[in-house]
Amino acid sequence: MSTLVNPVEPFLRTDRMPHIWCPGCGIGTTVNCFARALIESKIDLQSLALVSGIGCTGRVAGYVKLDSFHTTHGRAIPFATGLKLANPKLNVVVYSGDGDLSAIGGNHLIHAARRNIDLKVICVNNLIYAMTGGQTAPTTPDHSITSTNPYGVFEPSFNLPHLVEAAGAVYVARWTTFHVRQLARAMTEAFQKKGFSFIEVISPCPTLYQRRNKMGDGLDTMKFYKEKSKVRHGAPTSEVGLTMTGEIAVGKFVDRDRPDYQTMMRGQFVESLGEKYIEPTEAVCS
Amino acid sequence: MKADPRGVLTGIHFIDGDHACCEGALAAGARFAAGYPITPSTEVVERFASRVPTVGGSFIQMEDELAASITLQGAVWGGAKAFTVTSGPGFSLMMEHIGYAAMTETPCVFVDVQRGGPSTGLPTLPAQADMMQARWGSHGDYEIIALCPNSPQECFDLTIKAFNLAEEFRVPVMFMMDEVVGHMTEKVVIPPADQIEVVPRKHTQKSIEEYLPYGTNGDMVPEIAHAGEGYNFHVTGLTHDERGYPNMTPLVQDKLVRRLQNKVRAAADRIALFEEDQLEDADVVVVSYGITSRVAQRAIDLGRTRGMKIGKLRLITAWPFPDKKIRELAAHIKAFVVPELNLGQMVREVERATSGKAETFSVPHAGGGVHNPEEILKVIVEASR
Repeated sequence: MSTLVNPVEPFLRTDRMPHIWCPGCGIGTTVNCFARALIESKIDLQSLALVSGIGCTGRVAGYVKLDSFHTTHGRAIPFATGLKLANPKLNVVVYSGDGDLSAIGGNHLIHAARRNIDLKVICVNNLIYAMTGGQTAPTTPDHSITSTNPYGVFEPSFNLPHLVEAAGAVYVARWTTFHVRQLARAMTEAFQKKGFSFIEVISPCPTLYQRRNKMGDGLDTMKFYKEKSKVRHGAPTSEVGLTMTGEIAVGKFVDRDRPDYQTMMRGQFVESLGEKYIEPTEAVCS
Repeated sequence: MKADPRGVLTGIHFIDGDHACCEGALAAGARFAAGYPITPSTEVVERFASRVPTVGGSFIQMEDELAASITLQGAVWGGAKAFTVTSGPGFSLMMEHIGYAAMTETPCVFVDVQRGGPSTGLPTLPAQADMMQARWGSHGDYEIIALCPNSPQECFDLTIKAFNLAEEFRVPVMFMMDEVVGHMTEKVVIPPADQIEVVPRKHTQKSIEEYLPYGTNGDMVPEIAHAGEGYNFHVTGLTHDERGYPNMTPLVQDKLVRRLQNKVRAAADRIALFEEDQLEDADVVVVSYGITSRVAQRAIDLGRTRGMKIGKLRLITAWPFPDKKIRELAAHIKAFVVPELNLGQMVREVERATSGKAETFSVPHAGGGVHNPEEILKVIVEASR
């Protein structure tokens, strides 16, 4: 009798299962898409490193069978920056949540996009701080009920694609966890792209966001995503901001080319120093 | 292992402590720095930014010290020897990542060129008031190593030492300079590369199947692997087991945190460096470090010419504190006098280590300048009564 093996299993630390995510949570779905993108892109796994911050999505680093780093809150991007600069051969993925990347880590997000550091950022946006119990995030849509805005959120939220495009990202896409094929394809595309790539994944938190806002369970959220999503490739990112119950614009918004940080650095040093310049190739300590 | 000659600027130089620190880092094999500008430390990374493209490495100026202090750790796991440089306000922001380096056992160096505080304080003037912050600034129980140079030559020599200790023990090492030492220009002799001893990274020789990222064999310091080598290891700031996997049990916490402490404490006597002089007949011993040790020297010389029996103990390593040496001296001297550019930090350690066997006198100074040797002498006279 043959045993069926899930094709994504080789990419996971199965000895760490079961994972900590709630029933109906979308993070596991994004990891499945990520693993499928790894298969699809035939990327060299040994050269791949994954860096997470803190929070529910921050736990992704602990479940993938890769060199993986679970760093401090908000600092996945600067950690990844150091990793990439010290060993330019690495493909570095940052996999973290909306609060981690855009609140406590917001400064690093915009500066990494400005520098065009060659990082692939996957931002799982569940519209809330989930690990700590459902507090308002910079991404929480207007009027949502959260544990720290029990009467409704009244501060404006971030439109993340618009933010990272303005800061300089070369690839910006958004999908929901309903769009598993499109999401896996977007990840595959981002792997091919040199420079700062950003994929926002709208993902449910049935335990804290959907429940408090009477939006149903995980299945109801899939139906909601299906109904509300509209594919708008190339849409101006200024028009893709999210509201609580309105349209969810999905698609590839930005795909452009500009030299990445290391290419610019090399160009400058070669021009200024000529033969005196020594490539910072793989640093050797041992 | 000997230093990579590409990073070693062999010769006799007339440079300040900040520049000497940079040359020490390059000689030690540092090929990556991340920083954020802050007086009076910026010259270290300015020189590094100019030098490192010609020795095969990189510098990046980050958006803040929170970023700089973790970017360097990414670089370490990418295979580089790396450091950052700052002063008080930036050092405060870096505390989070001193804890991360301690918890993940990331070998790295934090240079703090101390200035007057609290807060923005005295950006261009000296202090030594970050000494306790260096030891205790991040939350939780952990152990670090801290060195205190008192000259540009030592800024060179001890920066190499700092990197070597970081690699040997896999801890963050604090390099506690002060504004005067940082900006003081003196002769600095940089030896040939083959005379500079450099500790290589404790890289595992084990196969991918055998490797346990946080497993130890007796010496309490685990072997490291770098990203991209196929080990598929996991690093986390969460409490973790030998596999590096999160484990939230008191048992694993106890085992891990005790090891993080004990790996340094067990070697404390070997790590704790100090300079001693005229201790044989001393009734009073002046304990000092950094720039204050040079002022203290003048006070000791003045006292000796008046026939007073004064000895010198200069701390080169502040942390781990040389308990043993203080304890030995306390048994047969009358008193310790501790001048420092703060309102009494390391003096608490001296007092603790004496266990009441000798008196302890503080000579505090709020910073912004150095002591007048006469002030120190006055306390020495008082202490010897």
